[in-house]
Amino acid sequence: MASYLLIESRDPFESNDVRYFYELAASLARAENDVTLFLVQNAVLAARAGEHASWFADLGKAGVRVLADDFSLRERGIAKARLSDGVTPAGVEAIVDRLGSGARALWH
Amino acid sequence: MSTSDSDASTTITFVLNDPPYENARSTTAFRLIDSALRRGFNVNVFAYEGAVALPFARQTPHANAVHGHDAAAEDHPNTKDWVAALLAEAAERKVKLDWVNCGLCVDERGVAEAIPGTRRGSPADLLRFSEGSRSTLVIPTR
Repeated sequence: MASYLLIESRDPFESNDVRYFYELAASLARAENDVTLFLVQNAVLAARAGEHASWFADLGKAGVRVLADDFSLRERGIAKARLSDGVTPAGVEAIVDRLGSGARALWH
Repeated sequence: MSTSDSDASTTITFVLNDPPYENARSTTAFRLIDSALRRGFNVNVFAYEGAVALPFARQTPHANAVHGHDAAAEDHPNTKDWVAALLAEAAERKVKLDWVNCGLCVDERGVAEAIPGTRRGSPADLLRFSEGSRSTLVIPTR
Protein backbone atom coordinates (compact mmCIF):
# COMPACT_ATOMS: atom_id res chain seq x y z
CA MET A 1 0.00 0.00 0.00
CA ALA A 2 1.42 3.37 -0.99
CA SER A 3 0.59 6.81 0.32
CA TYR A 4 -0.64 9.44 -2.13
CA LEU A 5 -1.15 13.16 -1.67
CA LEU A 6 -3.21 14.80 -4.41
CA ILE A 7 -3.29 18.60 -4.21
CA GLU A 8 -6.08 20.26 -6.15
CA SER A 9 -5.77 24.02 -6.71
CA ARG A 10 -8.52 24.63 -9.27
CA ASP A 11 -12.21 25.40 -9.01
CA PRO A 12 -14.21 22.51 -10.56
CA PHE A 13 -16.78 24.99 -11.87
CA GLU A 14 -14.04 26.71 -13.87
CA SER A 15 -12.07 23.71 -15.06
CA ASN A 16 -13.71 20.46 -16.21
CA ASP A 17 -10.66 18.32 -15.62
CA VAL A 18 -10.83 18.77 -11.85
CA ARG A 19 -13.41 15.98 -11.71
CA TYR A 20 -10.88 13.65 -13.36
CA PHE A 21 -8.46 14.46 -10.54
CA TYR A 22 -11.13 13.56 -7.99
CA GLU A 23 -11.67 10.28 -9.86
CA LEU A 24 -7.93 9.59 -9.79
CA ALA A 25 -8.02 9.97 -6.01
CA ALA A 26 -10.96 7.59 -5.76
CA SER A 27 -9.30 5.04 -8.06
CA LEU A 28 -6.11 5.06 -6.02
CA ALA A 29 -8.10 4.59 -2.82
CA ARG A 30 -10.13 1.74 -4.31
CA ALA A 31 -6.78 0.12 -5.13
CA GLU A 32 -6.18 0.10 -1.37
CA ASN A 33 -3.72 2.97 -1.21
CA ASP A 34 -3.76 5.65 1.49
CA VAL A 35 -5.04 8.75 -0.31
CA THR A 36 -5.41 12.35 0.81
CA LEU A 37 -6.99 14.98 -1.45
CA PHE A 38 -5.96 18.45 -0.28
CA LEU A 39 -7.96 21.40 -1.65
CA VAL A 40 -6.09 24.71 -1.87
CA GLN A 41 -6.67 28.13 -3.46
CA ASN A 42 -9.85 28.20 -5.58
CA ALA A 43 -10.36 24.46 -5.17
CA VAL A 44 -11.86 25.17 -1.74
CA LEU A 45 -14.85 26.82 -3.45
CA ALA A 46 -16.07 23.29 -4.16
CA ALA A 47 -15.87 22.44 -0.48
CA ARG A 48 -18.99 24.46 0.34
CA ALA A 49 -22.08 22.41 1.03
CA GLY A 50 -24.43 22.34 -1.93
CA GLU A 51 -25.89 20.30 -4.76
CA HIS A 52 -22.46 19.00 -5.68
CA ALA A 53 -21.69 17.83 -2.14
CA SER A 54 -22.12 14.23 -3.26
CA TRP A 55 -18.74 14.47 -4.97
CA PHE A 56 -16.97 14.50 -1.62
CA ALA A 57 -19.34 12.00 -0.03
CA ASP A 58 -18.45 9.62 -2.86
CA LEU A 59 -14.75 10.24 -2.33
CA GLY A 60 -15.17 9.51 1.36
CA LYS A 61 -16.95 6.24 0.58
CA ALA A 62 -14.03 5.29 -1.65
CA GLY A 63 -11.68 5.90 1.26
CA VAL A 64 -10.23 9.27 0.28
CA ARG A 65 -9.46 11.73 3.06
CA VAL A 66 -10.50 15.23 1.88
CA LEU A 67 -8.86 18.25 3.48
CA ALA A 68 -9.36 21.95 2.68
CA ASP A 69 -6.72 24.63 3.30
CA ASP A 70 -7.98 26.79 6.15
CA PHE A 71 -6.06 29.83 4.87
CA SER A 72 -7.74 29.54 1.43
CA LEU A 73 -11.12 29.15 3.15
CA ARG A 74 -10.58 32.34 5.18
CA GLU A 75 -9.42 34.24 2.09
CA ARG A 76 -12.73 33.39 0.41
CA GLY A 77 -14.93 33.97 3.43
CA ILE A 78 -16.00 30.34 3.71
CA ALA A 79 -16.90 29.49 7.28
CA LYS A 80 -16.19 26.00 8.54
CA ALA A 81 -19.90 25.57 9.28
CA ARG A 82 -20.62 25.89 5.54
CA LEU A 83 -18.38 23.02 4.45
CA SER A 84 -19.64 19.79 2.97
CA ASP A 85 -19.68 16.78 5.24
CA GLY A 86 -16.53 14.83 4.66
CA VAL A 87 -14.33 17.90 4.11
CA THR A 88 -12.03 18.79 6.97
CA PRO A 89 -10.20 22.12 7.29
CA ALA A 90 -6.43 21.76 7.67
CA GLY A 91 -3.27 23.84 7.45
CA VAL A 92 -0.54 23.34 4.87
CA GLU A 93 1.32 21.48 7.60
CA ALA A 94 -0.82 18.53 6.55
CA ILE A 95 0.85 18.67 3.13
CA VAL A 96 4.34 19.08 4.59
CA ASP A 97 3.93 16.21 7.03
CA ARG A 98 2.78 13.87 4.28
CA LEU A 99 5.67 14.91 2.05
CA GLY A 100 7.99 14.32 4.97
CA SER A 101 6.53 10.84 5.37
CA GLY A 102 7.27 10.00 1.77
CA ALA A 103 3.85 10.40 0.17
CA ARG A 104 3.79 10.45 -3.62
CA ALA A 105 2.55 13.94 -4.43
CA LEU A 106 0.71 15.37 -7.41
CA TRP A 107 -0.37 18.97 -7.90
CA HIS A 108 -3.21 19.87 -10.23
CA MET B 1 25.69 22.88 -1.04
CA SER B 2 24.28 19.40 -1.63
CA THR B 3 22.21 17.00 0.40
CA SER B 4 23.84 13.79 1.56
CA ASP B 5 22.16 10.42 1.71
CA SER B 6 21.78 10.83 5.46
CA ASP B 7 19.63 13.91 4.93
CA ALA B 8 17.20 12.21 2.56
CA SER B 9 14.71 11.26 5.22
CA THR B 10 14.47 14.83 6.46
CA THR B 11 14.60 16.66 3.15
CA ILE B 12 11.74 17.80 0.93
CA THR B 13 12.19 19.22 -2.57
CA PHE B 14 9.87 21.76 -4.18
CA VAL B 15 9.96 22.60 -7.88
CA LEU B 16 8.54 26.01 -8.75
CA ASN B 17 7.67 27.38 -12.17
CA ASP B 18 5.53 30.49 -11.76
CA PRO B 19 6.94 34.01 -12.13
CA PRO B 20 6.42 36.50 -9.31
CA TYR B 21 3.12 38.36 -8.86
CA GLU B 22 1.21 36.31 -11.48
CA ASN B 23 -0.48 33.54 -9.54
CA ALA B 24 -1.52 32.37 -6.11
CA ARG B 25 0.67 29.30 -6.63
CA SER B 26 3.72 31.39 -5.70
CA THR B 27 2.16 32.39 -2.38
CA THR B 28 1.15 28.81 -1.63
CA ALA B 29 4.66 27.66 -2.45
CA PHE B 30 6.16 30.16 -0.02
CA ARG B 31 3.71 28.99 2.66
CA LEU B 32 4.71 25.38 2.09
CA ILE B 33 8.44 26.12 2.20
CA ASP B 34 7.97 28.16 5.38
CA SER B 35 5.96 25.38 6.98
CA ALA B 36 8.54 22.75 6.05
CA LEU B 37 11.37 24.82 7.55
CA ARG B 38 9.39 25.48 10.73
CA ARG B 39 8.76 21.75 11.09
CA GLY B 40 12.48 21.10 10.92
CA PHE B 41 12.82 19.77 7.40
CA ASN B 42 15.73 20.56 5.14
CA VAL B 43 14.32 22.05 1.96
CA ASN B 44 15.52 22.17 -1.61
CA VAL B 45 13.92 24.55 -4.06
CA PHE B 46 14.52 24.19 -7.77
CA ALA B 47 13.20 27.21 -9.66
CA TYR B 48 12.38 26.73 -13.32
CA GLU B 49 11.11 29.13 -15.95
CA GLY B 50 9.52 32.28 -14.53
CA ALA B 51 10.19 31.21 -10.94
CA VAL B 52 13.87 32.11 -11.40
CA ALA B 53 12.74 35.74 -11.03
CA LEU B 54 11.42 35.18 -7.50
CA PRO B 55 14.79 36.02 -5.87
CA PHE B 56 15.81 38.65 -8.47
CA ALA B 57 17.84 41.21 -6.55
CA ARG B 58 16.75 44.23 -8.58
CA GLN B 59 13.08 44.11 -7.60
CA THR B 60 11.99 47.38 -5.98
CA PRO B 61 8.82 48.40 -4.17
CA HIS B 62 6.71 51.19 -5.61
CA ALA B 63 4.42 54.00 -4.57
CA ASN B 64 0.65 53.84 -5.10
CA ALA B 65 -1.01 57.02 -6.33
CA VAL B 66 -4.50 55.56 -5.86
CA HIS B 67 -3.76 54.95 -2.19
CA GLY B 68 -1.90 58.25 -1.92
CA HIS B 69 1.13 56.41 -0.61
CA ASP B 70 4.79 56.85 -1.38
CA ALA B 71 6.86 53.68 -1.66
CA ALA B 72 7.62 53.60 2.04
CA ALA B 73 4.01 54.04 3.08
CA GLU B 74 2.72 51.53 0.53
CA ASP B 75 5.19 48.95 1.86
CA HIS B 76 4.57 46.71 -1.12
CA PRO B 77 6.44 43.45 -0.63
CA ASN B 78 8.78 42.05 -3.22
CA THR B 79 9.21 38.31 -3.59
CA LYS B 80 12.97 38.61 -3.14
CA ASP B 81 12.28 39.75 0.43
CA TRP B 82 10.18 36.68 1.07
CA VAL B 83 12.93 34.42 -0.28
CA ALA B 84 15.42 36.24 1.97
CA ALA B 85 13.09 35.73 4.93
CA LEU B 86 12.90 32.00 4.21
CA LEU B 87 16.69 31.79 4.05
CA ALA B 88 16.89 33.60 7.39
CA GLU B 89 14.26 31.28 8.86
CA ALA B 90 16.29 28.26 7.79
CA ALA B 91 19.48 29.66 9.30
CA GLU B 92 17.74 30.47 12.58
CA ARG B 93 16.32 26.95 12.80
CA LYS B 94 19.59 25.37 11.71
CA VAL B 95 18.07 23.57 8.76
CA LYS B 96 19.09 23.86 5.13
CA LEU B 97 17.33 25.80 2.44
CA ASP B 98 19.10 25.23 -0.87
CA TRP B 99 17.53 27.48 -3.52
CA VAL B 100 18.72 26.80 -7.06
CA ASN B 101 17.69 28.73 -10.17
CA CYS B 102 17.83 26.94 -13.51
CA GLY B 103 20.72 28.64 -15.29
CA LEU B 104 19.29 28.56 -18.80
CA CYS B 105 16.01 30.00 -17.56
CA VAL B 106 17.97 32.73 -15.77
CA ASP B 107 19.91 33.60 -18.93
CA GLU B 108 16.93 33.87 -21.25
CA ARG B 109 15.11 36.11 -18.75
CA GLY B 110 18.15 38.24 -17.85
CA VAL B 111 17.71 37.78 -14.11
CA ALA B 112 21.19 36.65 -13.17
CA GLU B 113 21.39 38.99 -10.16
CA ALA B 114 19.79 36.95 -7.43
CA ILE B 115 19.89 37.67 -3.72
CA PRO B 116 22.66 36.13 -1.63
CA GLY B 117 21.98 32.62 -0.42
CA THR B 118 20.54 31.42 -3.72
CA ARG B 119 22.58 29.89 -6.51
CA ARG B 120 22.57 29.06 -10.18
CA GLY B 121 22.27 25.44 -11.27
CA SER B 122 20.95 23.02 -13.82
CA PRO B 123 18.52 20.09 -14.15
CA ALA B 124 21.33 17.90 -12.81
CA ASP B 125 20.79 19.65 -9.46
CA LEU B 126 17.09 18.78 -9.62
CA LEU B 127 17.96 15.13 -10.17
CA ARG B 128 20.29 15.19 -7.16
CA PHE B 129 17.66 16.99 -5.10
CA SER B 130 15.00 14.46 -5.98
CA GLU B 131 17.23 11.48 -5.30
CA GLY B 132 18.23 12.93 -1.94
CA SER B 133 14.75 13.83 -0.73
CA ARG B 134 11.94 12.06 1.04
CA SER B 135 9.47 13.57 -1.42
CA THR B 136 9.46 16.00 -4.33
CA LEU B 137 6.49 18.26 -5.06
CA VAL B 138 6.32 19.87 -8.50
CA ILE B 139 4.03 22.90 -8.66
CA PRO B 140 3.37 23.29 -12.38
CA THR B 141 2.15 26.31 -14.27
CA ARG B 142 -1.31 26.02 -15.75
